[in-house]
Amino acid sequence: MGLPLMMERSSNNNNNNVVELSRVAVSDTHGEDSPYFAGWKAYDENPYDESHNPSGVIQMGLAENQVSFDLLETYLEKKNPEGSMWGSKGAPGFRENALFQDYHGLKTFRQAMASFMEQIRGGKARFDPDRIVLTAGATAANELLTFILADPNDALLVPTPYYPGFDRDLRWRTGVKIVPIHCDSSNHFQITPEALESAYQTARDANIRVRGVLITNPSNPLGATVQKKVLEDLLDFCVRKNIHLVSDEIYSGSVFHASEFTSVAEIVENIDDVSVKERVHIVYSLSKDLGLPGFRVGTIYSYNDNVVRTARRMSSFTLVSSQTQHMLASMLSDEEFTEKYIRINRERLRRRYETIVEGLKKAGIECLKGNAGLFCWMNLGFLLEKKTKDGELQLWDVILKELKLNISPGSSCHCSEVGWFRVCFANMSENTLEIALKRIHEFMDRRRRF
Amino acid sequence: MTRTEPNRSRSSNSDSEKNSGNGGGGRTTAMRVIVPLQGVVQGRGGLFLGSVIPCAFFYFLQFYLKRNRKNDESDNSGEQNSSASSSSSPNSGLPDPTRSQSAGHLTELTGLPRSLSRILLSPRNSGGAVSVSGRVNCVLKGGDSSPYYVGQKRVEEDPYDELGNPDGVIQLGLSQNIKLSFDDWVLENAKEAISDGLSISGIASYEPSDGLLELKMAVAGFMSEATKNSVSFDPSQLVLTSGASSAIEILSFCLADSGNAFLVPTPCSPGYDGDVKWRTGVDIIHVPCRSADNFNMSMVVLDRAFYQAKKRGVRIRGIIISNPSNPMGSLLSRENLYALLDFARERNIHIISNEIFAGSVHGEEGEFVSMAEIVDTEENIDRERVHIVYDLSKDLSFPGLRSAAIYSFNESVLSASRKLTTLSPVSSPTQHLLISAISNPKNVQRLVKTNRQRLQSIYMELVKGLKELGIECTKSNGGFYCWADMRGLISSYSEKGEIELWNKLLNIGKINVIPGSCCHCIEPGWFRICFSNLSERDVPVVMNRIRKVCQTCKSQN
Repeated sequence: MGLPLMMERSSNNNNNNVVELSRVAVSDTHGEDSPYFAGWKAYDENPYDESHNPSGVIQMGLAENQVSFDLLETYLEKKNPEGSMWGSKGAPGFRENALFQDYHGLKTFRQAMASFMEQIRGGKARFDPDRIVLTAGATAANELLTFILADPNDALLVPTPYYPGFDRDLRWRTGVKIVPIHCDSSNHFQITPEALESAYQTARDANIRVRGVLITNPSNPLGATVQKKVLEDLLDFCVRKNIHLVSDEIYSGSVFHASEFTSVAEIVENIDDVSVKERVHIVYSLSKDLGLPGFRVGTIYSYNDNVVRTARRMSSFTLVSSQTQHMLASMLSDEEFTEKYIRINRERLRRRYETIVEGLKKAGIECLKGNAGLFCWMNLGFLLEKKTKDGELQLWDVILKELKLNISPGSSCHCSEVGWFRVCFANMSENTLEIALKRIHEFMDRRRRF
Repeated sequence: MTRTEPNRSRSSNSDSEKNSGNGGGGRTTAMRVIVPLQGVVQGRGGLFLGSVIPCAFFYFLQFYLKRNRKNDESDNSGEQNSSASSSSSPNSGLPDPTRSQSAGHLTELTGLPRSLSRILLSPRNSGGAVSVSGRVNCVLKGGDSSPYYVGQKRVEEDPYDELGNPDGVIQLGLSQNIKLSFDDWVLENAKEAISDGLSISGIASYEPSDGLLELKMAVAGFMSEATKNSVSFDPSQLVLTSGASSAIEILSFCLADSGNAFLVPTPCSPGYDGDVKWRTGVDIIHVPCRSADNFNMSMVVLDRAFYQAKKRGVRIRGIIISNPSNPMGSLLSRENLYALLDFARERNIHIISNEIFAGSVHGEEGEFVSMAEIVDTEENIDRERVHIVYDLSKDLSFPGLRSAAIYSFNESVLSASRKLTTLSPVSSPTQHLLISAISNPKNVQRLVKTNRQRLQSIYMELVKGLKELGIECTKSNGGFYCWADMRGLISSYSEKGEIELWNKLLNIGKINVIPGSCCHCIEPGWFRICFSNLSERDVPVVMNRIRKVCQTCKSQN
């Protein structure tokens, strides 16, 4: 027995003996080499600062919400005289909290999340705290749902243009493919039944099994809500094909006028048929509406019991810190505060949006009519020398290097029309926004002269 | 069980088919089977039909079976991935009482019917239940009924409390460092961070998902302290993530492809099944250690397991060890670690060294040697195969805060891991809290020292008490567990006997312990008892409970 083993052993060595990594580790499906992330790098190297670096790169590629931060700060600091963060228990309260590692999540926090989500939807849908599964961010929630709903080599249909992070979140470790549902400006990039069927057929022709449709509502990067009729059509489509519907509603609290947002939860609310309901899943996070991305709080809300149970167990890979849950639970269940916050946040975002759209209009640039989110979807197609993806990237490069503005090219969002760009406006002060607009004006003036 | 099912149904099915004359669906196929077979035998050219019809029969049989099987809503989807070898068992949720060595063979049988049913039941069934991925089955099956979850649930429903609920179930299953030196330390050091409520500006924004440099530096310091400073850990080789489960899963994704496997000496942590296998498609091949060897790893057995896997076409990508080990609490010797490194080098595989209990070494004998120390003087090529997992929560009693680390010498692994932490990052207020809590070296030293003393004293009390009851434990030098030999108490030397005893301990003794089968121990009768939750006062209570169970066992035997 010994000798054969010895001989086996030597033949096992590969020539250079460098240990190999997995395909996941060496692939570039993480997408971090795309322009979307490259621009961030340029910003990191030369970040704009009002006083210290006024000619630096202004970051307009990061969808972060800083417009209502003061409201949070005031609330958290006011409600926390010494020791009361942990309730009257003080340090022992902290100890209990630090020990809590149940993947169900703190009940008080789940209740707070459910109540917050209901408020955002104006009470038009109810959320059961026991259907809420907590994850460390919406990124993790989307990936986890994909693991649960699809097997490797299956596909999810995703309308374009979509958030560049999906390439990583939905595909990297899961082995699942994204088949795009092509949308274009002829109908304001809304999803049409024809586009849905066509995407489904494309997958079938390639012998790929479609497991669901994943939409973002309000849409990133469009900055617009999905119409109620489209949602109903989508649900019908999913029922007919017997697939899932995932609605990433991470920007639901950032809709400028509450009445313009219809959540898929509202549609499901009036449906009794379990076989219809249990294909619907909602993703939410506090990163955008509350401007707390660093806290890493995301949730999966599912009408499907098996999905909830599985997600809960698998959330053990991506739990929300118990300290964070505790910190936010009382704030989110304070309905007076949240009502005020949601209202003021919407208002401020709307004003910002109007400022930027007006400013761009004056420079001769049109945007898609938007009503939500932290960004606008800008059309620079007329500036392209070549109406190709390369042409778009060339323009993007010029804007980054000459104007020192980092914006996101539509191609990184898989947009089928060239020339569109996503421009974020909520992660800076009003002054900075003015400076950015000024740079754009000057650029456009220079171009007109030639 | 699954092995016999198709046979039973098949014979009943064909019986009913033979008896019936006509009819739709499956019934007429019987006639078509019988005649062509006759044709084959009598050479009347029925060879073609004779092969095709039985295949069609089998095809329809599976359809029939699928329809008549109990409707498990999550069961509709097909197999996990086509590249998975037969050893990727569908029964691999957390603890699964099936410990038989032939589990691999069992899976091969079930593989075929499942793939057929996937073809037959196309998702075009509108109105039918929507299907989910194969993983769901893995996770939920065996989950709720496994001792691990059942025991946990009982503790949650009826938790012991010295004053409030003295008859409740005592938690000896899960490692929570409740009774350690938390109070003083918390009040003295983390008070500000805790009670001032944390100013949120500066911590609200997006931060590097693999952790703030400041926290990495603090963690590196803590890890060095645990090795008594024989290793200096470099913060830039650390990747922080939300828990040890996540760290192990990330490494599994980076080091192995779906269908590959890791070697894991057993008994091992019950958590590996989920952490390594659930989402990755990577399998675990257990390498059993025996009580005769004090549950130490045998290189010969390891070798054999590697060779057998290779013969089956399964590619081993690495070996996962825990040091201090879970559940035995033993410290791996330098010789052992060097031998492991040789083994890994010769086979060109990785080593994942799970050192989450490094800061909880409480025994006087033996020293904790980190894998980092072993490779310190090695060539780069060998350093790159070593990856260490560490968990702040174990040593700091902060399991809720979700903060663990991967330490690697392999730049590619670090790079991939960093990107993966976007999916499992540490929450920023928690990072800031931890920074303030562990940045002071003197405090860290004091905490580690006090932890060790407390653990040692409880451990010794517990072991003494168990000995008096005739229950021996292996020598544990680190971690939170006693590995107790209860073979004398089980009614039959089998897994059934072990589970019976576990049941008695839970329902009569009202203590939640983990049976060896959850740790994939090949010898029945061993139990993992976690003692970090106990204070000195609790030990006699536990002893009394166990004594009660011992008495019932003895009276039965």
